[in-house]
Amino acid sequence: MSNLQLLWFVLVGVLFSGFFFLEGFDFGVGMTIKSLAQTRAERDVVIHTIGPHWDANEVWLITAGGAMFASFPMWYATLFSGFYLILLLILVALIMRGVSFEFRSRMESDAGRNFWEWAAAIGSFLAAFLFGMMFTAMVKGMPIDAHGDMTAHFTDYVNLFSIVGGVAVTLLCYLHGLNFIRLKTTGTLRARALQWAKPLYWVLFAGEVVFAILLYFNTDFFTKKPISTLILVVALVVLTCLATWGVYGNHEWLSFISSGLSLIDVVVLLFNGLFPRVMVANNAVNSILIKNASNSPYTLHLMTVIALSVLPIMLVYFIWSYWVFYKRLAS
Amino acid sequence: MNLGLSIISLARFQFAMTTVFHFFFVPLSIGLALVVAIMETVYVVKKDILYKHMAQFWGRIFLLSFAVGVVTGIIQEFQFGMNWSDYSRFMGDIFGAPLAIEALVAFFMESTFIGLWMFGWDRFNAKIHLAFIWLTSIGTMISAMWILAANSFMQNPVGFMINAKTGRAQMTSFSAVIKNPQLWVELPHVLFGAFVTGSFVVAGMAAFSLLKKKNVNFFRKSLKVSLIIGLVATIGVVAVGDLQTRYIIKEQPMKFAATEGLYKDSGSPAAWSVISSMDTQNHKTNWSIDVPYVLDILSYHKLSGNVKGQNTLNKEFHAKYDKKFGKNMNYYVPTKTLFWSFRVMTISGGVFALIAIIGLLFNRASSDLIIRQRWFLWVLGICTFLPFAANTTGWLITELGRYPWVVYGLLTIADAVSPNVSVASLLISNIVYFCVFSGLGIVMIVLSRRALHEGPDDLLKATDDAPYDPYGKGALSHE
Repeated sequence: MSNLQLLWFVLVGVLFSGFFFLEGFDFGVGMTIKSLAQTRAERDVVIHTIGPHWDANEVWLITAGGAMFASFPMWYATLFSGFYLILLLILVALIMRGVSFEFRSRMESDAGRNFWEWAAAIGSFLAAFLFGMMFTAMVKGMPIDAHGDMTAHFTDYVNLFSIVGGVAVTLLCYLHGLNFIRLKTTGTLRARALQWAKPLYWVLFAGEVVFAILLYFNTDFFTKKPISTLILVVALVVLTCLATWGVYGNHEWLSFISSGLSLIDVVVLLFNGLFPRVMVANNAVNSILIKNASNSPYTLHLMTVIALSVLPIMLVYFIWSYWVFYKRLAS
Repeated sequence: MNLGLSIISLARFQFAMTTVFHFFFVPLSIGLALVVAIMETVYVVKKDILYKHMAQFWGRIFLLSFAVGVVTGIIQEFQFGMNWSDYSRFMGDIFGAPLAIEALVAFFMESTFIGLWMFGWDRFNAKIHLAFIWLTSIGTMISAMWILAANSFMQNPVGFMINAKTGRAQMTSFSAVIKNPQLWVELPHVLFGAFVTGSFVVAGMAAFSLLKKKNVNFFRKSLKVSLIIGLVATIGVVAVGDLQTRYIIKEQPMKFAATEGLYKDSGSPAAWSVISSMDTQNHKTNWSIDVPYVLDILSYHKLSGNVKGQNTLNKEFHAKYDKKFGKNMNYYVPTKTLFWSFRVMTISGGVFALIAIIGLLFNRASSDLIIRQRWFLWVLGICTFLPFAANTTGWLITELGRYPWVVYGLLTIADAVSPNVSVASLLISNIVYFCVFSGLGIVMIVLSRRALHEGPDDLLKATDDAPYDPYGKGALSHE
């Protein structure tokens, strides 16, 4: 494995981390449209909290996918063709929630608004759940042949472990969304988001314990990398404790940063367990390895130069746009 | 399940359906971004509030189009992996790079600045706000550049070698991929086509409103701005199209022969068939109505010269490729589709030029012909839809004319498809996309019509000219 290959494995992980940190609260806020927010005015407010940002947040996913294609096409090809139906559903979910914000604002009737609110809520929920499910199934190991083609059956990606993974990611996103709303709103919404987060954090703790146990039995993480896996699992629990402290002590920034870092911790946990593979096959000889999956050194070098020169500029205006809209919204 | 469907035909159908639908909104968004940016520029320069309202009003259509363009675009990125995994493996070294760069450079730029533009009307001074729409517009154009760099490689592979060990294509020169001559005829043609789309949608919608004689001043000025852009863009698209034609005769002669319905060599001087009846089974032309010399003028800008027909080219291709791809390859492209597509596209170009000139004459400040000649407003209104036909037929020529290859001369369609995806999965995804697209298409049309029907009254009447801004006066600073 070359340094460039390692760098790009890390970079793909960084991009997915960025995606889950940012789109994580987008998904959460999307779900609150039909749960936390109870009046039309409140729904307007929660949608406006992500209004200027959700599109750019989603670009992190597109960039992660593009970076995977540009660095590890074997990974991209196997993953995307293998998880065909899950990705189809994810696409439909992302499409429905993507258009919902713009379409809802043009609706004249309550029924029309209601439809697009549900589209946003269900789309956000499904996207979060299915991503969690897909990545959990991916690290568990899938039926992959020597050519790298995956032909999975329903139970390969829908099983207890992947469902728990999906629920855990959904819950993490939902709480991250509530923490974002606490930061971006005022009055009853802000208070209610705090109120709702309290019991949900105890559910999350339970979910994390179940997930850790299933992780032990369903993956080789604990046998192949016991120490780093344990550290990352403990880190997840610690971050959740910090977020819970932020909820009970009403420290809004602490909750938000902790819930965001928990999502990143999950991505790191999965990528750490994957290493030095990119796809885990049931039959270990067919697992796809970083050293075999990548593009040529020429392309990796080229992409490194381009990514490292463009990313800083992009991050400057990306962060600046958050600073511009750094305000609480009144109901 | 066997319905006589193969994964290849279903994957091809899906690619056609998703790209055609996506490409309704791509040129519309690129074009409207430019038109809106120009309107806002006029506002900043002239300080005439009418142009601000104009940018805001047409911006509503732009935002709708942009939203649908974004979400249908994600499908495209996923599709290469989902349906064409062997293509992705073969081409990843070259194709992934422009895709990733497009996301990093263009998508972040357009999505961030469109958010600032949408929600920043009363928070920034006019010049900074103007910069947002220009950055969005430039972002959309940069995006076109990178995705077309990828497409150009598929049309005309350059700057690569085939790795003998892996059998995969490998990039040897990034600058050759970027300097691909195919890209530099294709990109300007697509961009000018997008500007035509944006401007004629504005002009056509303005015409419908003028038929109702509401807000006449507003829509006449909108018409003037859009038709000026439309005329310039039409001249551009035709001029570059001419360059592209002469390029394709050299690089993809089969594609060109099919757009002219030529089976036999034309001989010199070459006549151009206005219409033609083609026998695609037996590879011959039944009858055609020809204009002498015109094909030579189109092809070579001369009055003489032979244009090779498909029968000759088929033999040449067999001689060239049989060793690698076998004797059973069919190199004939879908001739009828290409022939008629080319005519729809080129005739549209002529119509745009004519309509733009007449429209600008009728719409002179000193004349009210534009209001009185209602037939013309109807024609202009129908022209709202024509750019979409022109864009689609253009892409049909480009993509179908590449048959039987995905990557010209390197990889066949049959070798590119995902071997592990079932007919059932592909059938389901085709049906799902069809339903989703139908729904999105209907909502888009209904909402665009409604925006037009309501008109700019709310903008024009508002004493406080700032639109509702949730981050404006009501918002609180952090304590």
